[in-house]
Amino acid sequence: MTKSNKTPAKSTRRAALKTLALGAGGVAAASSLPLWARFASAQSAEPIRVGFQVHRTGIGAAYGRWYDRTTTAAVELINEGGGINGRPVEIIAEDDGTDPKRGAEVIEKFATQHNCDIGFGTLFSHVVIGSAPRAGELKLPYFVVSEGHHVASGMLNRYTLQPGITDVKSQVQAMAPFVADKLGKKVTMIFPDFAFGHDHRDYFTAAIEAQGGQVLEHIAIPPTETSFTKYFPKIPRDTEVIYHVMVGPAVLTFVKELGEFFGPQRPEMFGFIDSLEAVDIGSPGLEFLEGTYFWEGNPRYAQADQSSYDKFFRERVNVDGNGASLSDPKDVSTYAHMFGCWETLHVVKAGMEASGYQGSMDRGKLIEAVEDMTNMPHSNAHPQGAKIFNGKTHQVFGHQYITKVTNGKLLLAHTTSIEDTMYPDEVDYTAQPL
Amino acid sequence: MEFGPYLMLATLEGAVTAAVLSLTAVGLSLVFGVMRVVNVAHGEFFMLGAILAWWVTSLIGGHPALGFGVAILCVPVLVGVVAVATDVLILKKINYDPERTIVATIGILYIIQQITLMSYGPDARPIEAPFNTRLALPWIEFSGGQPQLYWPWGLSTTTYKIGVIAAASVVLTGVWLVMVRTRLGLVMRATQLDREMAMAFGIPVERVYALVFGFGAALAALAAVLIVPIQQAHYLMGGDPLLLAFIVVIIGGLGSLPGTVFAAILIGVSDGIISVFFSPTLAKILATLLVALVLVFKPNGLFGARRA
Repeated sequence: MTKSNKTPAKSTRRAALKTLALGAGGVAAASSLPLWARFASAQSAEPIRVGFQVHRTGIGAAYGRWYDRTTTAAVELINEGGGINGRPVEIIAEDDGTDPKRGAEVIEKFATQHNCDIGFGTLFSHVVIGSAPRAGELKLPYFVVSEGHHVASGMLNRYTLQPGITDVKSQVQAMAPFVADKLGKKVTMIFPDFAFGHDHRDYFTAAIEAQGGQVLEHIAIPPTETSFTKYFPKIPRDTEVIYHVMVGPAVLTFVKELGEFFGPQRPEMFGFIDSLEAVDIGSPGLEFLEGTYFWEGNPRYAQADQSSYDKFFRERVNVDGNGASLSDPKDVSTYAHMFGCWETLHVVKAGMEASGYQGSMDRGKLIEAVEDMTNMPHSNAHPQGAKIFNGKTHQVFGHQYITKVTNGKLLLAHTTSIEDTMYPDEVDYTAQPL
Repeated sequence: MEFGPYLMLATLEGAVTAAVLSLTAVGLSLVFGVMRVVNVAHGEFFMLGAILAWWVTSLIGGHPALGFGVAILCVPVLVGVVAVATDVLILKKINYDPERTIVATIGILYIIQQITLMSYGPDARPIEAPFNTRLALPWIEFSGGQPQLYWPWGLSTTTYKIGVIAAASVVLTGVWLVMVRTRLGLVMRATQLDREMAMAFGIPVERVYALVFGFGAALAALAAVLIVPIQQAHYLMGGDPLLLAFIVVIIGGLGSLPGTVFAAILIGVSDGIISVFFSPTLAKILATLLVALVLVFKPNGLFGARRA
């Protein structure tokens, strides 16, 4: 299952001379040059190899499909602009089956077999936690796009960074005031029973208590579960707000059964869009969601005040204004998460350029260069919004979006500031040896 | 939620599980009873039923009931044909040797699963139920000595879930009638009792085997078509039903139809109740423990006949 972005090398000398003569005009014509000629100024024309650990199969498959498309689009853009340090970027994609054990093996393959410069792209927290120790041992910079608090908590190592997506702790901390003020103070949480869900449980409970609210009941559901009604009677009668976040192949069933359980008497609802990522919000049985709120990492529907950066990003990843694929309106993207791949690759590019990265011997320099980063302005490289990177905890912080289901669309109701999402450092990875 | 309504909801959820499980398990039990084949690929025939149901409904379009109606009629037949082909092309060639059939069906399991992954893909896809109305259910409460009906929060089911239970009951009754009242059933039972004697009486045992294998798979596929509007079709969905069907078949007694149905209801309903009151993990632990106890104290299952 290895995929390479290399263009087939079929150029003859005559064809090359012709293209070069045509393209001699200037930079604008650069993209018409064959790959070898475009990158000829680099010290080495060897591509920079990005080992992409992708959830092609297993419970993370829907995310994997869109992480793959976003990554491909980002690499295309970077290569059109001349690559990194004059070298083209090549993606070496390998399926990890959304399985931690396989994840560690894939990391090992990247480092020893494929000669990758970095590992990149993992989402599911248990796979990150299973893979990061191996990346640390092999000294392979490992850029995860996972949301878990495991990076900033100090649980991992200096080689693991999360510069393209915010973590659950900061997300829920920024959501708690909204939930407590707008929806209610007595909350029942429903979350998947693995590391990612436990982050929600621990940090949201603390955050809502800080707002004078309380969590009446924690309902943990295995991410491989297929039927959910049996869990719902545990929801206490005096619940004011249901806080739901679910992942796995059965998320649509989860939300549908939640609606069937409550019928016309539902309490207020606040969900993480994970419960409906890659699912059309117009699916039959989801009508009850009208008027409920969602956290979104990046709003799925193009909003009234859409930035030019979001527009550009949507175009490049072939997603329409409803967050679905341009070629198939039923193929809904994981829009709230996938920008993370795009932004992370741009951070890698910036880091490699700042450190003058040449090859695997410069991996330490790359880590240090990324650790030195702080402000990441809203731009084509960061279409989700401006961000602040914390080099000590290896975690990025950014705006969070709350949308409300209005006439079957998710419309922006609130945007948090970056400061709302900050918390004191729990680790200083820069103190660890490289 | 108070205890009474809670228990009723758990029982209803359990009954849906039991309905689907009994169809799947009866298929497995039939194959073992008649052919002595432990079909490890049974769960994959279940999965194949769900995937094909999605394919048929999305091909037909229109009103959900139309696609679903076609799916429920032709998907079990399609899966049955695949199973018959498997029997003729693989199991027959290895003479139904017990050890080799286990290995062969494990191979079939992976082949079906990987082909599905390569063609249908890794996503879970929904099918719209042909009818699905939420039914709020009442509960009785005594206030001042007088019984009163009221509508507890969350106590509800859907018409479709009741439909699944009804459909499974009808099909199971049908299977039982076929086994007991028809010539086909007689031939199957004869083959089950004594293969060589049946052959001596001119029963085409090999054809019976192929038929039974196809029929068993078709029952699993039918169960899957019934459950897809509730649970979605996914390439890994065959694992749980296989495990539960084995548990049910061992408890009920391999090859015993009433035993299988009894055990399916026992496991399905207790799974619903235990998951609701305690945890789904505990439900699985208890079911497995029950299997162990049955194997120790009543190795032929609760309803199984003693074999020489």
